[in-house]
Amino acid sequence: MVLLAGTYYPEGYMSVTESLIHVLRSDETDSAEPAFVSFAVPHDNDMTVLAALLWIQDNLDGTLALRYSCRGAVCGSCAMVINGDITLACRIHLRNLPAEVFVEPLPNLPIQKDLVVDMTRFWESWARVRPYLIRFDDMGEKETLQTPAQLDRIEQFINCMLCACCYSACPLQQRNPEYMGPAALAALARFENDSRDRRGGDSLKEVSHDSGIWGCRSVFRCIDVCPRNVRPADGIAELRTRALKDLLGRRKR
Amino acid sequence: MATWDVVIVGGGLAGLRAAIALRGLRVAVLSRVHPLRSHSLAAQGGINAALKNMPEATDDSVEKHTYDTIKGSDFLADQTAAATLCEQAPRTIYEMEHWGTPFSRLDNGRIAQRPFGGTEVPRTCYAADRTGHHLLQTLYGRIRKHDIAVFEEFVVLRLVEADGRVHGVVGIDLAAGSIVEFAARSVLFATGGYGRVFRNSTNALINTGSGIAIAYRGGVSIKDLEFVQFHPTTLFGTNILITEGARGEGGHLKNATGDRFMSEYAPKLMELAPRDIVARAITTEISAGRGFSGGYVELDLRHLGHDRIHERLPGIWEIARDFARIDACETALPVLPGQHYSMGGIDVDIQGHSAIHGFFACGECACVSVHGANRLGGNSLLETLVFGRLTGEAMSRFLAEPGQGIDHAAIARAKAQIIDQVDRLARGTLNAAGIRDRMRDVLSDDVGVFREEKGLISARDRIRQLADDAVQVRADSAALRFNGGLITALELPMMLDLAMIICEGALARTESRGSHFRTDHASRDDQIWLKHTIATVGADGPRLEYRDVDLSRYEPKEREY
Repeated sequence: MVLLAGTYYPEGYMSVTESLIHVLRSDETDSAEPAFVSFAVPHDNDMTVLAALLWIQDNLDGTLALRYSCRGAVCGSCAMVINGDITLACRIHLRNLPAEVFVEPLPNLPIQKDLVVDMTRFWESWARVRPYLIRFDDMGEKETLQTPAQLDRIEQFINCMLCACCYSACPLQQRNPEYMGPAALAALARFENDSRDRRGGDSLKEVSHDSGIWGCRSVFRCIDVCPRNVRPADGIAELRTRALKDLLGRRKR
Repeated sequence: MATWDVVIVGGGLAGLRAAIALRGLRVAVLSRVHPLRSHSLAAQGGINAALKNMPEATDDSVEKHTYDTIKGSDFLADQTAAATLCEQAPRTIYEMEHWGTPFSRLDNGRIAQRPFGGTEVPRTCYAADRTGHHLLQTLYGRIRKHDIAVFEEFVVLRLVEADGRVHGVVGIDLAAGSIVEFAARSVLFATGGYGRVFRNSTNALINTGSGIAIAYRGGVSIKDLEFVQFHPTTLFGTNILITEGARGEGGHLKNATGDRFMSEYAPKLMELAPRDIVARAITTEISAGRGFSGGYVELDLRHLGHDRIHERLPGIWEIARDFARIDACETALPVLPGQHYSMGGIDVDIQGHSAIHGFFACGECACVSVHGANRLGGNSLLETLVFGRLTGEAMSRFLAEPGQGIDHAAIARAKAQIIDQVDRLARGTLNAAGIRDRMRDVLSDDVGVFREEKGLISARDRIRQLADDAVQVRADSAALRFNGGLITALELPMMLDLAMIICEGALARTESRGSHFRTDHASRDDQIWLKHTIATVGADGPRLEYRDVDLSRYEPKEREY
């Protein structure tokens, strides 16, 4: 059995040597509505959806637009929707999908062209949390000591590759485009919890509003879709606890 | 049009570190992908420095690291450059840690270090097995903190050079769908490797090496390109990287008869011999019929135990699950060598300066040379940060001198050339990807781990033919906006240039040294070949010359492990 983006399929489901890939295509610079365009892709047992899309680009239509780089599920470029699931195209194998595959761009972000979406708002949210270590102490010549237990507190958040799967899966994001989104807030949790960081209470105050940490409604789609097992909702909950403690003057800094 | 002080092409570790060193000046970083997607992030195992944090390493030293690097290079590294790399290592690690890199730690809070290939002492600092990812995110956070200008999804196609100096770059803005020019007093290429010239490579699909080819066509010499590193352990099927750290943590390599065959090839260091030695060992085992059917050997991690695997090698565990359907705690990983790194590259000095005034290069696309004929694991991440900073500082000093004015006509000519090329492609007939795939077969089959004259001559002839064919390739559309097929077609001649330089260099070098192994010239020949290959563009292909190696610190010796 193969677990594919939350659904179980029997191994070798629909063993086929040709897949019909339907890609939702559009271009923001023209007025036509997005429409599915179909491509027949011959393949062997090992082809991934990403490889299929690149095969289409190489052999059928060079203008098919998509983002990609590492092909090994570590760079976060190829996030998209495959048969309704938000995931990375490079790690979904055609052998585990039905013979017809529907591929769409990430939701919650404006489409630039085909599978390329405008990530500006996503990057801006992330930059707003000041995603770098803030400290004012004299760091000395050598490394600041940090125990394995201290490192463990940020362990899950540091693996985020900013693929935007969570941002795209979040229904609150859809409802409120101004919401900072799970990834940015998880990044803030990463720095707030880093034993070396000294950013002070203002940083939480800045995100304590309905488009910040109070925008989350614990739907947990972010946790479902994260390819890196980051749990942004947990990070947000933890930031809320800190914010409340600060408000009540209860937090030791 | 405004003139930049510096245009940096490449948004990976080397380019970003240089940008940080140059902040305060008018700096633009151009990257073909968002910087956080740069291939630096895929580096897994670690970054070397003689920190002496491990109990077994209390008598480690910068000197030992230097010697290991030079010996690892099969004595082709320029020794002062290698010494600089190792001297600057500790401060580089501490700086990245101060900036927030989440290094894995010892119980006492110090940065942990693991054993890696080609050294007897653990000096490879790591952040689980995602070291590149953590370093890159840390650096990019600093870029945002300093608000350095980054232009994403710009594909540079020409380096503008005239009168022996640089004037800027020209390329395509993928989102705007237009050809753009950046006039600049200095240009830095930090464009990474060329793995995708080969069929089997660990590299990202974007690693076409176009930066090196653009410099070559711009008249810059290219050094030692025949030295291609084949990483011993890439996952069978996809060639996704399985870090040397897996062997550093105690993983064993076994052939089909269950033997730890490295005892025949490097009895002392075994699985942690330098990469070229392990890659040849694995390839030999497979050719001799002692590999598994399909052509691979096994990397067995089972004895490390569930906890150690998930704590130290979680990325590897996920890669094995996603791409080989294997639980690394239960089953050994199928691995074989694959192209991984380029020791050679744009010919620069220790300041990163090329012979073209104002044109610099650093990181994997450059060749100083610190890695000579073979690179030690953990030294590439180090190189990007050390030489990123040193080159940035050198450019700062360069820019302190008054500039000599931009040749806008030369920039306009470069722009016109691109427009012509795009037009020609729209009228072409042949499929670019087909030619590209045949080139990859030639390189992987005949310019791989083991090379010999007949195969290399045949490879050169086939590449020449493919280069002729490439003139007729077509792009489905001449539109400039997010047109991946057009970029493939534009980069094809560049990749073929690199294929030719690698091939010619390998054919000419009638010895075996480091990663370049000739079955018909199986020994190292210091009498004739202790020198760097320098390739410059000629009418009929690359012209090769040679240059002495800086041997100022150590006598070359027999290289045994």
